[in-house]
Amino acid sequence: MKIDLSHGSGGKQTGDLIHDIFIKNFDNKTLNQLEDSAVLSVSGRIAYTTDSFVVTPMFFRGGNIGKLAVCGTVNDLSMMGAKPRYLTCGFIIETGADLEQLDQIAHTMKEAATEAGADIVAGDTKVIEGDGNIYINTSGIGEILKEGVSIHNCHPGDVILLNGNLGEHHAAIMSGRMGIENTISSDCAPLNSLVADLIEHHIEVRCMRDVTRGGLATVLNELSESSDCRVDIRETSIPVSREVTGFCDILGLDPLYMANEGKMIAVVPKEQSKEALAVMRENKYGKNAEMIGTVAEGSGVCMTTKLHGSRIIDVMYGEGLPRIC
Amino acid sequence: MTLDEMIKALAAYDGPQIKIMEVCGTHTSSIFKNGIRSLISPKIKLISGPGCPVCVTPSVYVDKLVRIAMQKGHCVLTFGDMMKVKGSQMSLTNAVGQGAHVKVLYSPLDAIKTAEEHPEIQYVFAAVGFETTTPIYGVLLDEIESRDIQNLKLLTSLKIMVPAISYVCENEDKIDAFLAPGHVSVIIGCDIYQDLAEKYKKPFVVAGFEGEHLLAAIYEIVMQMEQGRYEMKNMYKNAVSEKGNPAALSVIGKYFELKDDFWRGIGVIEQSGLRLKGQYQKYDAGSSFDEYQEQMPKGCRCSDVILGRITPPECPLFAKVCTPLDAVGPCMVSTEGVCGIWYKNRGRE
Repeated sequence: MKIDLSHGSGGKQTGDLIHDIFIKNFDNKTLNQLEDSAVLSVSGRIAYTTDSFVVTPMFFRGGNIGKLAVCGTVNDLSMMGAKPRYLTCGFIIETGADLEQLDQIAHTMKEAATEAGADIVAGDTKVIEGDGNIYINTSGIGEILKEGVSIHNCHPGDVILLNGNLGEHHAAIMSGRMGIENTISSDCAPLNSLVADLIEHHIEVRCMRDVTRGGLATVLNELSESSDCRVDIRETSIPVSREVTGFCDILGLDPLYMANEGKMIAVVPKEQSKEALAVMRENKYGKNAEMIGTVAEGSGVCMTTKLHGSRIIDVMYGEGLPRIC
Repeated sequence: MTLDEMIKALAAYDGPQIKIMEVCGTHTSSIFKNGIRSLISPKIKLISGPGCPVCVTPSVYVDKLVRIAMQKGHCVLTFGDMMKVKGSQMSLTNAVGQGAHVKVLYSPLDAIKTAEEHPEIQYVFAAVGFETTTPIYGVLLDEIESRDIQNLKLLTSLKIMVPAISYVCENEDKIDAFLAPGHVSVIIGCDIYQDLAEKYKKPFVVAGFEGEHLLAAIYEIVMQMEQGRYEMKNMYKNAVSEKGNPAALSVIGKYFELKDDFWRGIGVIEQSGLRLKGQYQKYDAGSSFDEYQEQMPKGCRCSDVILGRITPPECPLFAKVCTPLDAVGPCMVSTEGVCGIWYKNRGRE
């Protein structure tokens, strides 16, 4: 069955949609009250964030827009040293959207939220005329487990860790768009457990950032600017799968600028870097973790290439489109 | 000789300055990605020539694409790179913001599917490229013919490489040697550079794309220069043959013929472009431009940059009004263009 404008009318069909899709899947005490707002208990300081998701195709190898919408917000909370607790979601659904697909998206959202230890406690649905696309906004509240984690907080001598292979989400999405057959799967994942592991092991994490749009290059430049330092990385330490490397070679893409949805950097004091790396590698989302570089005095991001040349890594300009030449 | 020894020798080079021009966007990109400039002596200068088809596409061509994309019932199909190239007023990216219909494709053959799915829309494919991409447009035309597709045409800005290299040799005496293009040579073969090497008395070395390949090719050029030789050497033999790819050359010859063509930043180069032959003009969306009055912005010195006469920072617009986000000249247009690369490395070159 397809969504039509009556599903957004506020009447019977809207109620059915909410019950049959959202309440059924998200199912938790707070949401099930169906009050105008969710009433929540938290302890201590909170992190609070929001993000909107538009992706084509909505379903791709390794996930769908729903998983992205939950993981994106969960990861933004986690990067501030917070434990995700509550999420809200707003759906903007175009007419022609498939109800089964919507159900599948909601189901995936519940799975991802459960893995992250969070409940989806409030939501909203709007239907607009269109071609069957679905757009999702999520917001989230997390309880701060560790204070002081900040992108302004890195010091010369600190070590930068990355939790795994770059470029997989970007390559999976592009493969979907281009109809390319391969086995590249999006890395979309909630990173709260990885963050919790680091905190439990008393790693004095200075800063964490999830490496999403704009890629590692953009995140490292933000770090350099915000902490007023130089970032030195080594090309040979940056994990990229063979399949993604081949994909990039064909399309003229650079993994440093490609989007990820389950990757993060953690900047840690040098003396704890080995332990932090070991902790990361113990977690299922950190198996391919590497120490990719260090923080130094100065400015900018500089990479030592595999031939021992040096290359400045700038932020991405414009969109990351493939070259033709 | 090991790679380390080669790098050491190139770093220690202290002879007369050698200017080497590369004319392939992927070489430019690889030089940049591998930090090749940082590994070799400052006396070996690597100059990025007119090797990026997007960068040398005239603004009037982009203007026409924009006009088509703005027309009701029309849609421009293009590769991603063309989106950012500015015409005299705007780029396709800007035009989309004003309601133009543009779809980015990854293979020209996707255009067939798109056109068949929407017969009510007139599609125009932005066919830009060198010998590397032209055969694919030939295959696309085969499909258009055999499926009798009525709503898909090409707006062409197709160029060939050798006349541009000859132009540089004849108009610019400061380039000492060439890294012959990699992808283009796969199609056209390497024999042709033999003639160029003899005619212009400059080394022509065909190189692969890995950092090691480029270093080996640069080393070969330096050796030739030191020994007073000027030879063609094919160091990319697993992909480049002497005569090129006959099937690809044949499909180019079937649909296209030579014409004088305009290179943004350089001007008209004789017999350097390709246009659809007379009997295939019905597939052309108006590619014959009466005049190429390229209005290069005041102060823009892209042609001097492309020809290796000046470095980008010597251009008065560089990094001031001309940046990757708002490129004025063609060399800044592509992130792989020479000004784009210098911009990223400013203060370090």
